[in-house]
Amino acid sequence: MMSKINFLRPDKDNLNTFLYLGSFLFLISVLDVFLNSFFSLNLTGFLPGFLSFLFPLILGFIGLYFIRIEFSGIKQLDLLNKHINTNNFNAVLSLLIIFVIIKSLPPILSWFVIDASFAGDTKDVCTGSGACWTYIKVWMRRFMYGMYPNAEQWRINLSFIALVLMGSVGYFATDRFKKYLTLYYVVIYPLIAFLFIFFFISGGPVFFDFSYGIIAAILSIIVGFFIPAKYKFYYFLIVPLALYITLKYFIFFEEYVELGKLDGLNWVETGAWGGLSLTFIISFFCLIFCFPIGMAFALGRRSNFPLIRYISVGFIEFWRGVPLITVLFMSAVMFPMFLPEDFFIDKLVRAIIAISLFEAAYVAEVIRGGLQALPRGQYEAAKSLGMGYWKMHIFVILPQALKLVIPGIANTFLALVKDTPLIFVVGLLEIVGMLNLAKTNPKWLGFAMEGYVFAAIIFWIICYAMSKYSYNLEQKYKTDR
Amino acid sequence: MNFKLKDIVPQLITVTAVVLVFGFFTYNAQINMENRGIDFGYGFLSQESSFDVQFSLIEYDGSHSYFRAYLVGLLNTILVSVIGIIIATILGVIVGVARLSPNYLINKFAAFYVEFFRNIPLLLQIFFWYFAALRALPLPQDAEAIFGVFFLTIKGLYVPAFIWQNFSVFFYSIVAAIIAIIVIRMHAKRVQENQGKQIPVFLISIGLIFILPLLSFLIGGVGISFEVPVLKQLATTSFIYEGGVSLPPELIALTLSLSLYTATFIAECVRAGIQGVGKGQKEAAASIGLTPNQVLKLVIMPQALRIIIPPTTNQYLNLTKNSSLAAAIAYPDLVLVFAGTALMQTGKAIEIVSITMFTYLTLSISISLLMNWYNKKIAIQEK
Repeated sequence: MMSKINFLRPDKDNLNTFLYLGSFLFLISVLDVFLNSFFSLNLTGFLPGFLSFLFPLILGFIGLYFIRIEFSGIKQLDLLNKHINTNNFNAVLSLLIIFVIIKSLPPILSWFVIDASFAGDTKDVCTGSGACWTYIKVWMRRFMYGMYPNAEQWRINLSFIALVLMGSVGYFATDRFKKYLTLYYVVIYPLIAFLFIFFFISGGPVFFDFSYGIIAAILSIIVGFFIPAKYKFYYFLIVPLALYITLKYFIFFEEYVELGKLDGLNWVETGAWGGLSLTFIISFFCLIFCFPIGMAFALGRRSNFPLIRYISVGFIEFWRGVPLITVLFMSAVMFPMFLPEDFFIDKLVRAIIAISLFEAAYVAEVIRGGLQALPRGQYEAAKSLGMGYWKMHIFVILPQALKLVIPGIANTFLALVKDTPLIFVVGLLEIVGMLNLAKTNPKWLGFAMEGYVFAAIIFWIICYAMSKYSYNLEQKYKTDR
Repeated sequence: MNFKLKDIVPQLITVTAVVLVFGFFTYNAQINMENRGIDFGYGFLSQESSFDVQFSLIEYDGSHSYFRAYLVGLLNTILVSVIGIIIATILGVIVGVARLSPNYLINKFAAFYVEFFRNIPLLLQIFFWYFAALRALPLPQDAEAIFGVFFLTIKGLYVPAFIWQNFSVFFYSIVAAIIAIIVIRMHAKRVQENQGKQIPVFLISIGLIFILPLLSFLIGGVGISFEVPVLKQLATTSFIYEGGVSLPPELIALTLSLSLYTATFIAECVRAGIQGVGKGQKEAAASIGLTPNQVLKLVIMPQALRIIIPPTTNQYLNLTKNSSLAAAIAYPDLVLVFAGTALMQTGKAIEIVSITMFTYLTLSISISLLMNWYNKKIAIQEK
């Protein structure tokens, strides 16, 4: 039996009538927009301009109003109503979003794929209205490797493949070796990466003056694990410096300075490095350096020694208060003034130091948040077990605090990766810089859009993958309190 | 004795190291400057700058001093930051609320927006808008008018200028309205505390802020007219708009990318803030008989704002610092005008970089002090 139909109040009794009528109107409205945007047909061309424009919206709105029936008993309809059709306002917004998507698909598709040119390797093939991916294809090597000589690019590839393989060791490690992983990732892996970049990618004495210091520091830290706690303090006071001096002036004296060169490898100066590989190199090193520095300053800010606390606070607030671009300006124009005249630091190293110090301040604040969030009982429990300052922090406090701040640290690292294009200030050209260079090439004028879209896609993939990975990490190490 | 030594030695070593490093730097700087014949000092600030700036809020040309050039840059930085903050806040709040919408499409659309713009470097976005998107705009002679008065061209956005008569009367009427609103609010609070009566402060405030300026038009002799930009031919192929206010494309690209980028972070702050208020709070408030509006105003918002405001202030600070990326597209902000052009001309690297850094440092430290004060004020007082 059919009850009386009130069109202003759709109800369950006339479910079928409303359902058919509503979905018909809704489909008509979507079809109208669809035909309009994909086949440029205007079904409602006979209406005056303004009405023709609003027609699908009004139609769709009425359609959605008709099918908004609560507890209809049809699962799909209830789901639809719950998700996109809860009230009039939501219905209009949903319609608008559907229309915007349908409207914007054809131009985007045609620009990206249909009208785009892929073949060839000159500008002449790019006659269509779409994107010119030929441009990207031709310039691909420059975008990936910068001005690095074509014949030598296997060195970068080899280093990156080797480092990725070595970085993935953690996934395959058996339980027996799991406990050495931290040592591996914190000390050994960065050292290997450094040597790879030093030997293969640079092939010359770029970092050389620093390598003594790094070798000395790493050696003394490794040996430091086996020094009894009683003498540790004095050990770290004396040994690293002594080792540095020994290495520099007694072991690697003049004749061995050429150690940095492998036979048959040409030296490629850092000015020629560039493109995406430079983005990776800078991100990688800054990531490695900024973390321990940040941790040290986070601990310093919570230290009981007032002088150390003040210095840490000053350091953190200074770097957090200035924009990165001025820091890089400083490293480019002001920093050379502060060094002895014959002392020269490569600009890549200067940029890495500047970015590391800058991001270290942010890492320090994030870690401090984690330290503060730990209950005081943890400190007291560790102390009551007779642990000293370092033992307490390494075995009890830091593992818990770092676990708490995984999202914050991931955000800082993401910011770091996104900040790397700023190194154009010191004259280094990573991928965005190379794009700007390629854009001004007289043979390839007018393809700025393609280049930026290409770089945006690459950065988006990197950053999105990082943020998803950090989310997984956060879920994995989540502990309930 | 040993115990004491362990307390003092680390501090002593740190301080000595810091002093040594700074001493080393200062010593080298002195020698370097002597060798190059540069003298240290801030006297150059009053010298004639002799360079022009394309876009300036205050009167400026080459005959003004370096200090004036510094002010021009600072004002341009503040202009871009303020516009960016306003747009980013509006957009961020809308997107943040949309992220919590029960509507699947809106929710996903907002999520897409956040994930999309957050994961692309800001500098790349600025370049994209400036070199790719805004370059596709029409030339001045081909531009179509928006609403008949706005012209969006490759040379920038031309908007009508306001021409005021008796502007001071209008200004004072707004000041008077604001003072009256503050007084009424205080009075209303007292009345409510003493007698429990509620005065519709919000309605009165809205009325005041509209009616007083309106009165100034009717009685105070305030007048307003618009100067619409008009196309003018300079040469056969060169056209320009005259009259009105012109916003250069650098400013548009910068504000657009800054606000689109920062809005994603503000949206996340807003979402976290609203989600951070327990459901029980809402239910408890409703169960003691507050109306939905009162629940929002008296229970949800105060608690949500407590979570939202500190990170959002941080984002404002980030936006201000990020506005220094303007140097990459030649928008004359503090970094470009002062740490770029002025530094090239004077060669006073240490002075100029230190002034620039000090300016940003002052800005951010004063904002974080303000935020600490605010945090302390709104922190829940636990017994």
